[in-house]
Amino acid sequence: MQKILSAMDNIRLFDDLARKKSAIHSLHPVAKLITTFAFLLFLVSFGRYEIIKLLPFVAFPLFMIIKADLPLIPLGQRLLVVEPLIVGVGILNPLFDPAGWLTFASIMIKATLTVVAALVLVGTTGMDRLASALYKLKVPDMFVLQLTLTYRYIFVLVEELVVMMRAYSLRSYTQKGISFKDGGPFVGQLLLRTLDRAQRVHYAMGLRGFQGRYPDDGQTSLKAKDLVFALGWIGFFLLCRFYNWPALLGLLLGGIQ
Amino acid sequence: MSHHKIEVRNLAYSYPDGCQAIRDISFTIRHGESVGIIGANGSGKSTLLMLLLGIMFPSKGQVLVGDVALTKKTLAMIRQRLQLVFQDSDDQLFTTSVFDDVAFGPRNYNLSPTEVDTRVDEALEQVGIAHLKYKAPYKLSGGQKKAAAIATVLAMHPDVLIMDEPTSGLDPKSRRRLIDILKCFDHTKIITSHDLDLVLDTCQITIVINDGTVAAIGPTEEVLSNRELLERCDLEVPLSIKLRSLQGNGRHDAD
Repeated sequence: MQKILSAMDNIRLFDDLARKKSAIHSLHPVAKLITTFAFLLFLVSFGRYEIIKLLPFVAFPLFMIIKADLPLIPLGQRLLVVEPLIVGVGILNPLFDPAGWLTFASIMIKATLTVVAALVLVGTTGMDRLASALYKLKVPDMFVLQLTLTYRYIFVLVEELVVMMRAYSLRSYTQKGISFKDGGPFVGQLLLRTLDRAQRVHYAMGLRGFQGRYPDDGQTSLKAKDLVFALGWIGFFLLCRFYNWPALLGLLLGGIQ
Repeated sequence: MSHHKIEVRNLAYSYPDGCQAIRDISFTIRHGESVGIIGANGSGKSTLLMLLLGIMFPSKGQVLVGDVALTKKTLAMIRQRLQLVFQDSDDQLFTTSVFDDVAFGPRNYNLSPTEVDTRVDEALEQVGIAHLKYKAPYKLSGGQKKAAAIATVLAMHPDVLIMDEPTSGLDPKSRRRLIDILKCFDHTKIITSHDLDLVLDTCQITIVINDGTVAAIGPTEEVLSNRELLERCDLEVPLSIKLRSLQGNGRHDAD
């Protein structure tokens, strides 16, 4: 029960983080979205044996985390949730490829940086402002709506789950969790309850003029600082893509190539 | 100002399972009136509100707002005039901050960012939670959530404010604050509630719904003093009227 309650708090964490005030938070969401997208594109463009060249890319999420003052532990916890999946994808490489450990490391680094960049983007922007940025970038309405409503549905689902779990655990104090026998009806009821609740939320949205498109959040156009941020980082990614900075640095400092 | 008039003509509604929730209801609410709709559980109050707002459409009869009949075509226009505060504030507050929630409606009507900001500030000031502007709705207390939910509709500048069980789950202080807010809203109000003292405090006219029909309609004081009518509709005379009548009897005995 306690785990579910803390999960509920955790799930709100990114909304809370997105409300913080920092230089990164104040940037235009479009600038952050484009920069993160460019980061991911450049990251996946490297070959599977080019591990060293990936290292400078750590700078971008690190810079964002420090400047936005994002807490490391919750980010790490979320990363840990995804890591087993990444390991599962890459772990077979050493069996079939002589240089398999290299490709495994490459997959790990790329996937980890991708997840961290996505978490940082949501933690510094928030889903609503991201949706607004996606509209501005002419992403189809249906896609943005699916994304935002799915995100919101998670809250409804967790809230209803907490209510049902509380009621269940209060009347089943001799057992832990939900018994197998009750599992089916429990899940069925949960889905019906969330459907009902989601419908009421939809009514509330409809009554305030919602017609299938999230309203613009009133963000003004890109400012000079947004352009400097986006172009500066994209320039950095370009340099990292076409020059092997770790090798150059090694050569410069220690004569090692 | 007859454009705020709401006319309900021979309204009937059956749910898909065949349950007839509303049977031939007719009444008129004039501009500026505060109307209480009361009735026992399952009497059809909430269904009636859904029909007034076009969340559902009647099987028979019609709803007129001003001279405009409520249809799918006129829905968007009518919803700018009529706004509902839900019984459960959590259904109404779905974004990440109070500001965004209150701004949701005005933004949907494509108002300028400056106008949206002004409306949000005014609405939050009106309900006394301006200091909670950037707070997450889920972190608010029950009373604060209710105030935020009211602010979300006040920011739409509605001509008619509709409230479904507004005092449910509120402590006495929050309830008193809500009554004060309601008294400050000088347009038309429609309130459905089991809290008959609230209806007595805030509404001039009361409509009693029983089994999907109008059992009585008239001045609140008169309707709520009618013990026989209220008992027939599974309701009770409000405590304040009982108290008044007891005090009256006491004085009578003393005389």
